[in-house]
Amino acid sequence: MNGLHLWLIPVLPLVGFLLNGLLGHRLPKALVSTIALVFTAAPLLLVLRVYDSFSALSLPYIERHAAWIATPVLHADFAFALDQLTLVMLLVVTGVGFLIHIYSVGYMAHEEGYWRFFAYLNLFMFFMLTLVLAENFLLMFVGWEGVGLASYLLIGFYFKKHSAAKAGMKAFILNRVGDFGFLLALFLLIVHFGTLSFADIAGQIAQHPEWQGGFLTAVALLLVLGATGKSAQIPLYVWLPDAMEGPTPVSALIHAATMVTAGIYMVVRTHAIFDRAPLALMVVAIIGAATAFFAATVGILQTDIKRLLAYSTISQLGYMFLACGAAAYSAAIFHLLTHAFFKALLFLAAGSVIHAIGGEQDMRVMGGLRKHIPVTFWTMTMAVFAISGFPPFSGFFSKDEILAEVFRSPDGGPFLWAVGLVTAGVTSFYMFRLWYLTFFGHLRLQPAHQEGLPVAIDDELLETEHSTNGHHHGAAHHHTHHIHESPSSMLVPLVLLAILSVAGGWIGIPNSLGGGDRFGRFLEPVTHGTGAPPSFEQVSIAMRTGAPIPTAEVPPRPEDPRTERKLAGCSVLAALLGWFLADTLYRRKPELPARIAAHSRALYSLVLNKYWIDEIYGFLIVKPLLILSRYALWGGFDRGLIGGGGHFLAGVAQGSGSILRRIQSGNIRSYAGWLAIGAAAILLLAYFGFGAHLHLGVG
Amino acid sequence: MTSIDHNILTWILLLPALGAVVTALLPNRGKLVQSWALIIALATFVLTLHLPTHFDYNHPGFQFEINRIWIASPPIRYHLGVDGLSVWLLVLTGFLAPIGVLASWRAIDTRVKEFYSLFLLQQTAMLGVFLALDLMVYYAFWELSLVPMAILIATFGRDHGSRASSRAAIKFFLYTFIPSALFLVGILALYARTGTFDYVEMKARLTQGTVFGSEAMWLISLSFLVAFAVKVPVFPLHGWLGDVFSEAPTAMAMVVAGKLGLYSLIRFHLGLFPFESHRVAHWMILLAALGILYGALVALVQNDLKRLLAFGTVSSLSFCTLGIYTFALNGLDGAVFHILSESITGGALLVLFGVMYERYGTYEIERYGGLAARVPRLATVFLLSTLALIGLPILNGFVGEFLTLSSGFAVSHLWGSLGTIGVILSAAYMLWMVQRVFYGPESPLVHRSPARDLATREHLALWPMAILMVLMGVFSPYWIRVIDHGVHALSNTPAVTHNAAAAALVHGRPPVREGE
Repeated sequence: MNGLHLWLIPVLPLVGFLLNGLLGHRLPKALVSTIALVFTAAPLLLVLRVYDSFSALSLPYIERHAAWIATPVLHADFAFALDQLTLVMLLVVTGVGFLIHIYSVGYMAHEEGYWRFFAYLNLFMFFMLTLVLAENFLLMFVGWEGVGLASYLLIGFYFKKHSAAKAGMKAFILNRVGDFGFLLALFLLIVHFGTLSFADIAGQIAQHPEWQGGFLTAVALLLVLGATGKSAQIPLYVWLPDAMEGPTPVSALIHAATMVTAGIYMVVRTHAIFDRAPLALMVVAIIGAATAFFAATVGILQTDIKRLLAYSTISQLGYMFLACGAAAYSAAIFHLLTHAFFKALLFLAAGSVIHAIGGEQDMRVMGGLRKHIPVTFWTMTMAVFAISGFPPFSGFFSKDEILAEVFRSPDGGPFLWAVGLVTAGVTSFYMFRLWYLTFFGHLRLQPAHQEGLPVAIDDELLETEHSTNGHHHGAAHHHTHHIHESPSSMLVPLVLLAILSVAGGWIGIPNSLGGGDRFGRFLEPVTHGTGAPPSFEQVSIAMRTGAPIPTAEVPPRPEDPRTERKLAGCSVLAALLGWFLADTLYRRKPELPARIAAHSRALYSLVLNKYWIDEIYGFLIVKPLLILSRYALWGGFDRGLIGGGGHFLAGVAQGSGSILRRIQSGNIRSYAGWLAIGAAAILLLAYFGFGAHLHLGVG
Repeated sequence: MTSIDHNILTWILLLPALGAVVTALLPNRGKLVQSWALIIALATFVLTLHLPTHFDYNHPGFQFEINRIWIASPPIRYHLGVDGLSVWLLVLTGFLAPIGVLASWRAIDTRVKEFYSLFLLQQTAMLGVFLALDLMVYYAFWELSLVPMAILIATFGRDHGSRASSRAAIKFFLYTFIPSALFLVGILALYARTGTFDYVEMKARLTQGTVFGSEAMWLISLSFLVAFAVKVPVFPLHGWLGDVFSEAPTAMAMVVAGKLGLYSLIRFHLGLFPFESHRVAHWMILLAALGILYGALVALVQNDLKRLLAFGTVSSLSFCTLGIYTFALNGLDGAVFHILSESITGGALLVLFGVMYERYGTYEIERYGGLAARVPRLATVFLLSTLALIGLPILNGFVGEFLTLSSGFAVSHLWGSLGTIGVILSAAYMLWMVQRVFYGPESPLVHRSPARDLATREHLALWPMAILMVLMGVFSPYWIRVIDHGVHALSNTPAVTHNAAAAALVHGRPPVREGE
């Protein structure tokens, strides 16, 4: 079993990064993209080979290499682990990653800094695969911070634009807030376990059924803080919409399919801790539900196609969080999988739309595009149906499983389920709004400042003359533009992802709908509970009688196919309702949205301005911190107190220096002499008894 | 042991000093002086490399020792030695010297001979501080490191001997001179009771039992502590650093903070006063945590690149202080490792600032903008150094930060957590600076200046540091193994164990001193 060489999976993209990063600027574009593709295809092939031999492996398969940080009391190795969860993540990251690399070849063809883009993309793959394969928290943290770095570099890819550079910085710093939690969790784990290995920690927890809550809750909550940063959940989600400044393939790969799911992956990976921290699980569920609903409502009024998708991503990640909170780990990973397909597809299709109309991202000026770019239209339609949760598209099965699990879960239950259900309706609404605005009606030339004021243009040759004000993808082809379908390098990934968006959910059809929930059973060895903690009475009885402490297996939650089918019916109804509303507002009565907006001004502008969360953070945190630093710490304390003291000293020295200049040379060197004199004086004083009570013993 | 092992330390000390004398005699022709200084610096570096490559892991205590009577009465001995604590610091000093020469190559164009003479003399002084095992000899080197530094700052500062430069020099001198005088009194007081200046003997006698009344011992330990803390500098004794950083020539700013003070804290404060250092530990941890936050917050609002880095350095060095006073192996290992990475990363950033100053004539952040498009290679090295400074994993800064913070957290959850906020703030002040200097549209200054990317000499100065940032981040056990050899010996002192320190902090009282 030594032939797997898991380390090659992350290291190969690193080689690609180094080649393109060091030599790329001298190489022709074709060679740059070949390098990038080869070093992404190779790990995909390796993963497929692992998949092929997977059933023969004894799991988890662990591969240890050199020590990374090693002291006599702590060591963390370059160690990689493979189990069912890893395999799923590897397939998603390398599979979707490879498709997006192919897409990028076409999408980025005319961009400056082509080599830089592909170098960063490969760097991202390296860190993401490290994150997924890591066998301990510390190595996972390498990937965790590393994907943040790649994200920083790629969001700020058009670094000449202030907004792009700023968005990159914002993403990094907010992620650092999460990492602060992650680090503290690691410190706590070191204190309590003395190790950072996943297997060792899970093993110790399993051996101590009496551990419940306490420090485990603290660890879990700190990890949750980390996850809210990386997976863009309340309260740290605000970086993700701004991250759309990056090129669209980046949004698809990093900010939809892979990196942002790292928080969910981490929670599932460490669920042994969470299982013993019910409070933390509840927090996760509440954060998830709140984020899902909140972000979906913001999505309703977004006009930038990519920003809308960003909010939709936040919302969908909220679902996954909600699933984690309900301890439905396999449902979370299932949704992670299907979401990777349809959200990557949505972004890539949106990129294809943007590409087609010359860099415009404002949906208010789109419209009627279905005839011009049919492949994009049909593939995106698949994705829209998938995310809205219509059977038999993939999103239906995964979202439905989450909702059913939440409904069944002991705490939260029906209320959180209802939030999830309403969110599903809202999701369907804003996705069909996007669908109608983009592909139906007529193309609108001028950016309408109010919703639903179409300016009809019936021409095959369309000229978009409006200023694109920073919404442009890359360099400068603003002006005249012929609407065209994207090249095949972009369409092939679209079609493949569309197939996956439709059929990807069929691997996890639940029992109640006639499937066998193959996906859930595949993940079972990883996601099964570590045993519900025994009650206090049980432990104390066991301790008194000397009997072994009972380690109750988690009782399988009662399955009730009839309720489940009813719940599924509700979700479909919600989705239909959303579609119906969007159809009414954006196809049949396009004048309505403006009127509704005029009616409820306050609410409208609250949602339109994303609840002013960015502004509130700026006002409550950033501003006060800068004021404190600038005026109190720097101006007052440092320059006033410390600087003043220093000046006083210098003044005294210079003053006395000018008096003593007659007997001293007065330059700095003479101070060395002072040193000896001063010391001698103190010694003399000591000799004559001054300070004798100190028992210095001089003389 | 080969014969070279017996006198390698003398060679390491003598070579730069001899080089300094020869420099003063050289004719002032072309780049002769610079080349000579570079050769001497490189040769010294090569000599220092002998130490880790021939290090004996099975040999506890000091290695490559030289121990001869120098002055019979008072008994001052020429006693030099190396252990795991000092070995990488010596290599670091050797490593940074040629880079300092390269960084000064064009920046220093007047009184070249004086500059390089003093530079090499300063080199000897710093190496001496790390090598000396006789307190008197140590003190001589400590003071010697002060004088050339002050002169170099005064004469070769930003505007060549301006008022600001001499003020910075005076400030530096006074800040370090006054505590040093008290420090000397402390040394003499120790001598008066123990009858020796020898570090090893003195340590043995001090740990044997009550040589002093506890109050006197406490005062002596404070005289040591303050002298070292100013030199580090430990918050709030950092008043000199901002001025010195912004005025000093690059090669001086690179070595002025950190390693000398921190090394001395570990060697002499922890080493000679295990009991007293425990007594101040929770104060030092508190100051370290505050220093991390304070330095980072003040760095956030600086408009001058060098002042920003000065406060960033205060913040970053506070990780070391934090680690040291946990008395835990992780903390001590991490602290020493962090001295190395901080020196390299901070050094790289200072060299980069110098490179930018040579091209654009300013350190003001506001006047820059959009540099990345003009000088991409400079931007690449700059970004790498930035990431190393803010502790990105698999770069050098992370290892030290992680080890010191984790052991700080183990000792005190509160101060450890507060210190960890530093990882957010460091990202904020560094990336904000990077954004203003390198990204966005080009500023008028950048736009009208010719775009000159890194020259060969600058590549030579920067890439060794850049490569080390990665190597030290990935292969940290290679360094830590040696460091551990040194600090392990320190923490073998019965009082200096992790649990004792933790217990002391938890219960608010110091561990019981033996013999009391």
